[in-house]
Amino acid sequence: MCLNETPVLSVRQLCLRYGDGCSECQTSLEKNRCTVCGTVWAANDISLDVYPGEVLGIVGESGSGKTTLMRSLYFDFIPSSGTAVLSDYKSGRVNIWEASAAEQRLIRNTIMGMVYQNPLLGLRMNYSSASNIAEKIIAAGSRNASQIDERARELLQAVEMPVSRMSEPPRNFSGGMQQRVQISKALANNPALLLLDEVTTGLDLSVQARVLDLIRKIKARYGISILLVSHDLAVIRMLADRTIVMLDGKIVESGLTDQILEDPQHAYTQQLVHSLI
Amino acid sequence: MEILRISGLSKNFYLHQAELEIKSCQNIDLTLQEGEFVGIIGLSGAGKSTILKCINRSYLPTRGDIIYNSEAFGKINLSLAGEREILHLRRNEIGYVSQFLNVMPRTTAKAHVMNALIDMRFDLETAEAAAEEMLRYFRLPEELWDIYPATFSGGERLRLNLAHAMVKKPRLLMLDEPTASLDNKTKILVRDMLKKLKEMNTSMIGIFHDIEFMDGVCDRVFNMSDLDG
Repeated sequence: MCLNETPVLSVRQLCLRYGDGCSECQTSLEKNRCTVCGTVWAANDISLDVYPGEVLGIVGESGSGKTTLMRSLYFDFIPSSGTAVLSDYKSGRVNIWEASAAEQRLIRNTIMGMVYQNPLLGLRMNYSSASNIAEKIIAAGSRNASQIDERARELLQAVEMPVSRMSEPPRNFSGGMQQRVQISKALANNPALLLLDEVTTGLDLSVQARVLDLIRKIKARYGISILLVSHDLAVIRMLADRTIVMLDGKIVESGLTDQILEDPQHAYTQQLVHSLI
Repeated sequence: MEILRISGLSKNFYLHQAELEIKSCQNIDLTLQEGEFVGIIGLSGAGKSTILKCINRSYLPTRGDIIYNSEAFGKINLSLAGEREILHLRRNEIGYVSQFLNVMPRTTAKAHVMNALIDMRFDLETAEAAAEEMLRYFRLPEELWDIYPATFSGGERLRLNLAHAMVKKPRLLMLDEPTASLDNKTKILVRDMLKKLKEMNTSMIGIFHDIEFMDGVCDRVFNMSDLDG
């Protein structure tokens, strides 16, 4: 007998290449670049499942394809091939990359939330924090101004932001505060899946601890599934139930997080774990 | 009733950088009855912890079966079980205690114990009441409950680890040298706690370097020094 769970997200054979590709690509790769035709495979045959309420960690060096995967899921990049289905979108029967632009906007605004490593990508720096959140709520169809205001207040409180500063634009805020506004924006419409791309990178240790604590609370309180990209193994150890290791656009290893860290199988994972300070 | 049957378990580690295979435990056969306490002894490096880590699946076994008679799935081979099934069992049935503490930053001792129950989808109130009861049971002084445990002594950490593992009332508890580096008085406290766990019919498998100290708690000793290889 086993758990009969339906994944919140299933990705199959995602590829994103820069270049036309050739018949010899897969046998002529040097790192992620084909030595015959010069095509770069930023994501190469990525398949994964994210289950309800779990944190799936993704680790790998710069250029391994982590962000490509995340931004493809959030429709920022268009994959060359592959499928992704969400259990909350047409009961998982439709590949989200084949949905219409309007449908993709709806998915971005209601089923998924994204927190970018660079807050400039996720926030409008010259609009107030409340407006940043309101934009997301309005995009999901709400029009009641007082309800929107109340929801923005509630979300900022949930991420421990001083509500007294909700009318200020994010450009006035520190990096840690900007990440928290991004998180509250991502949570605005109760998404089923949260995409977190290096959310603690560049933050000092105490702010990092607050953001980690916040993510743990979000997971516990809302039961949201989280895809967590980080190059920091300590962050992965603390938050991720399972972990995927990426190298040169491919998945080289996946498993329970403690198993990946204590008994890594792949040469690259061993190198990564042994680099831990 | 048998709760755990390990047969032919071997674990080797392959280190790519050195192109070297290191052998840890080899061809282990071990059974555990429900409510029984088996103590594992043996020289350093014999692979005692490896057995526990294979049961917990922190290590991937190289060969052999680990059949656990679970409440959720019936008999399940932990060597081959899916990751989601293992996570379910760790959350609900299997506990692991070591002398090392692994706590989220900015998490107080009480919150750490509560989190074990929140992971099992208990509500906050129930989790808090159970966590307090468990901390009291393991005699962690009340003034430490709302403190970050980074500064705790070895004995306090152990008690916190035990409270965190036991609040879930696991059916199978693994203990990896929980008394290492503890003074005699604290060790006696641990022994008393283990006696109480036995009374609660918890099945336990533990590693102790001073097994004679566990006289009266341990039902059976599994000596790895007697094994070949």
